[in-house]
Amino acid sequence: MTGPFDFTLRLGDDALIAAQRLGEWSTRAPEMEEDIALANIALDQLGAARLLLTYAGELEGAGRDEDALAYLRDDREFRNCLLVELPNGDFAVTMAKLLFLSAYQVPLYTALAGCADERLAAIGAKARKESAYHLDHASLWVRRLGDGTEESHRRMQAAVDEVWPYTHELFTPDPAAPVDPATLRADFDATVTAVLDEATLTLPQTSWTPAGGRDGVHTEHLSYLLAEMQVLHRAHPGARW
Amino acid sequence: MTSPREAVAAVVDPEIRVVTIDELGILRSVDEDPATGRVVVTITPTYTGCPAMDVIRADIRRALAAAGHPDVEVRTVYSPAWSTDWISAGGRAKLAAAGIAPPGPVRREGAVPLSLAVRCPRCGSPETEQVSRFGSTACKALWRCRSCSEPFDHLKAL
Repeated sequence: MTGPFDFTLRLGDDALIAAQRLGEWSTRAPEMEEDIALANIALDQLGAARLLLTYAGELEGAGRDEDALAYLRDDREFRNCLLVELPNGDFAVTMAKLLFLSAYQVPLYTALAGCADERLAAIGAKARKESAYHLDHASLWVRRLGDGTEESHRRMQAAVDEVWPYTHELFTPDPAAPVDPATLRADFDATVTAVLDEATLTLPQTSWTPAGGRDGVHTEHLSYLLAEMQVLHRAHPGARW
Repeated sequence: MTSPREAVAAVVDPEIRVVTIDELGILRSVDEDPATGRVVVTITPTYTGCPAMDVIRADIRRALAAAGHPDVEVRTVYSPAWSTDWISAGGRAKLAAAGIAPPGPVRREGAVPLSLAVRCPRCGSPETEQVSRFGSTACKALWRCRSCSEPFDHLKAL
């Protein structure tokens, strides 16, 4: 059973961890325009995370604000999907992750925009416009790399093979949630299949479906990410700019 | 004395300093309680992660204090979501004059997809191309003119 708090926390954690990972590309992207693009997408994810975590804190009613939720929880208390915490890998892995994340977030936020909860509906209506740009951007790159040179095709296919198993966790049915993730699967599959087809890429045949993020059971990568993200706040609690 | 509405409407956007928050459509409403003198300003962000929002809130308070209204509450609303369609005609003209190509109309779902040429704000040529859909701020994309070779910012439709 999932109440509005758990649901909102999951979405907020997805966006927050995605933002932190994308931010790691700052000053390191393959070209300057891409550096700016990834930082912009990270900023959008961070914006959505702030709105969602602020609301999650209010729903919980225990006095935790966005900062308390972002900086003062350990890995077992985070509810993000495993997909967003995976290391960035090479540029192809980052684009595969962004394609799958945005192909999930666009129908998610669109459905949220029509849900009964006014706050979640407002956040969904705002965030879906931004996610549509993220999906466009990731789709362009996946097509360019997949349908590019022999080497770019090889690496893009390897990235899809590596990341794809982690997408199944996103659609674990939850009929009690404000938006049941299982209802987003068809839209996600249609988007991803169309992009991969055009990119001359294929989905891997594997029955491995890693999961656990929604229950706080994460890969070993998350605690390292949190250590870097939280160190300043934990070393100087309440510090102000 | 300057009215609260006039004072707030004159606040310029901290990232695009040629236009005001009113012309950009960020400013939703300004209401003064006649009994207490308290001014409630409602604004909406262009993008959820827009880093300029804190500066905008501070600038609104400063402008109202200077106009003789020290008791201020700034509220942030997200619904309905901001759209580039809310940028005023005057705002669009100022953007173009500053070398930033203003956004075209937002594509509506279900409509026939029609991409209008983005005109170069320097030479007016429609022969332009997108270099990157993400630019120096969240709301801008980077374009280049094929006629005069100048790169320029384009406020992207949202």
